[in-house]
Amino acid sequence: MDLIRDSLVFVWDSASDVLPIAIFLFAFQLFVIRERIPNFKQIVVGFAFVIVGLGLFLVGLEQSLFPLGRLMAQQLTDPAFLESVHGHVRESLVWQDFYWVYLFAAAIGFSTTLAEPALMAVSIKANVVSAGAVGVWGLRVAVALGVGFGVALGCFRIITGLPLQYFIAAGYLVVIVQTTMAPKMIVPLAYDSGGVTTSTVTVPLITALGLGLAEAVPGRSPLLDGFGLVAFASLFPIISVLAYGQFAVLKGKT
Amino acid sequence: MKNSLIALSRDALFSLRDLVPIVVVIAVFQVFVVKQPVSGFWSLLIGGLLVVAGLAFFIFGLRIALFPIGENLAHALAKKGSAFWLFTFSFVLGFGTTIAEPALLAVAEEAAEVAVGAGVIENDEAAIESYALGLRLVVALSVGVALLLGVFRILTNWSLPVMIIGGYVLVVIVTTIAPPEIVGVAYDSGGVTTSTVTVPLVTALGVGLASSLKGRNAMTDGFGLIAFASLTPILFVLLYGIARQWI
Repeated sequence: MDLIRDSLVFVWDSASDVLPIAIFLFAFQLFVIRERIPNFKQIVVGFAFVIVGLGLFLVGLEQSLFPLGRLMAQQLTDPAFLESVHGHVRESLVWQDFYWVYLFAAAIGFSTTLAEPALMAVSIKANVVSAGAVGVWGLRVAVALGVGFGVALGCFRIITGLPLQYFIAAGYLVVIVQTTMAPKMIVPLAYDSGGVTTSTVTVPLITALGLGLAEAVPGRSPLLDGFGLVAFASLFPIISVLAYGQFAVLKGKT
Repeated sequence: MKNSLIALSRDALFSLRDLVPIVVVIAVFQVFVVKQPVSGFWSLLIGGLLVVAGLAFFIFGLRIALFPIGENLAHALAKKGSAFWLFTFSFVLGFGTTIAEPALLAVAEEAAEVAVGAGVIENDEAAIESYALGLRLVVALSVGVALLLGVFRILTNWSLPVMIIGGYVLVVIVTTIAPPEIVGVAYDSGGVTTSTVTVPLVTALGVGLASSLKGRNAMTDGFGLIAFASLTPILFVLLYGIARQWI
């Protein structure tokens, strides 16, 4: 069975990612802190769960979501598909003609973020630390909305060919203004959520979308214009989580 | 044991719920927009089940291993009161987890191709490899520095918004003098460095540290480490792009 072999390969890969970190943590505990590790057995079992879990998660993604997502990204940015929808030839496509791409970008950005394990970890922690003030689900939806919007806007940028840094600079201006108004407790969490969102599930899919788009649009180079979607996906969650904080304050007042 | 099983199956149910949106999005686009038949229904189904099980296992392991050991180390380091070991720990954690990051490997290779295309380096194996390796080292170094800075901030209580916004202002300035082909790569590298295993550990480190120091609040001071880890790679990669023009 190929699947069993693949699973073993992925679990092995995830072990080679996780074990060095585990060894470093154990070594630090033993040689610098010079204390025994509390609940050592539980920690070892937990690491085994993390390794097997990540391995299965990735093999499952390779088996189902990634091929399908990549295929759809290709199909939606395929010049033949775009022409069949609009009846234009490829050279005369304008940015409005790509509305299916924007919709797909937003939907896939939103839904993959909800399944992002790193974001779950941070939400669980934030919920506990804030004594329930930050909801696990609320935070994740806020981040996912930000990623969805960011990826769609990033696609617009690839299609129009506008410079990446203008968008990023403008985005951070919004962040600065929001930071002065948002409740203080949400600010560090919001800043963190930018980096958290873009890992295992989201990056491969939106990268495929970006590269497909840069290939399909005349005058774009996949190498120069295909990058940058991850940057959008990291910026807009900051804005949406700050907004989530502001909204929570407003709701609390009325 | 029984409690663990209950916790594990609850995590599995939650994972199932978390994956519903993806399934809906893909199904809707497939049926109404792309309109092409999908082959291999069973392999998709098995893949989906593996994703659910994997996610549940990961979250369960996270709760019983990654979070406790991260926080425990942060408490122990804070109690020890040695800034040297705290900084060493943060730097090595950042550098070590990033240098082996698979996503970074992929980005470094693509970035080397971009550099060949732009004529910055020769189109031969050795030059490409040394460029990609250089980039990986720079990014790993930047994440090490990021965690060090973040921990330093928790200790000194400097303002996070001032440091982060200041950092991004610096990024915008450096972008104007950086070679254009490195900009996209640099901006993306901020997002790829923070992996699924690093994020929970780093979060536990920050929260654990802030909650064991007097006068610090875990919510307002404990978060923010990841923010540094997303910022410094952009800056360092831009500088790497500038430096590579001269050598």
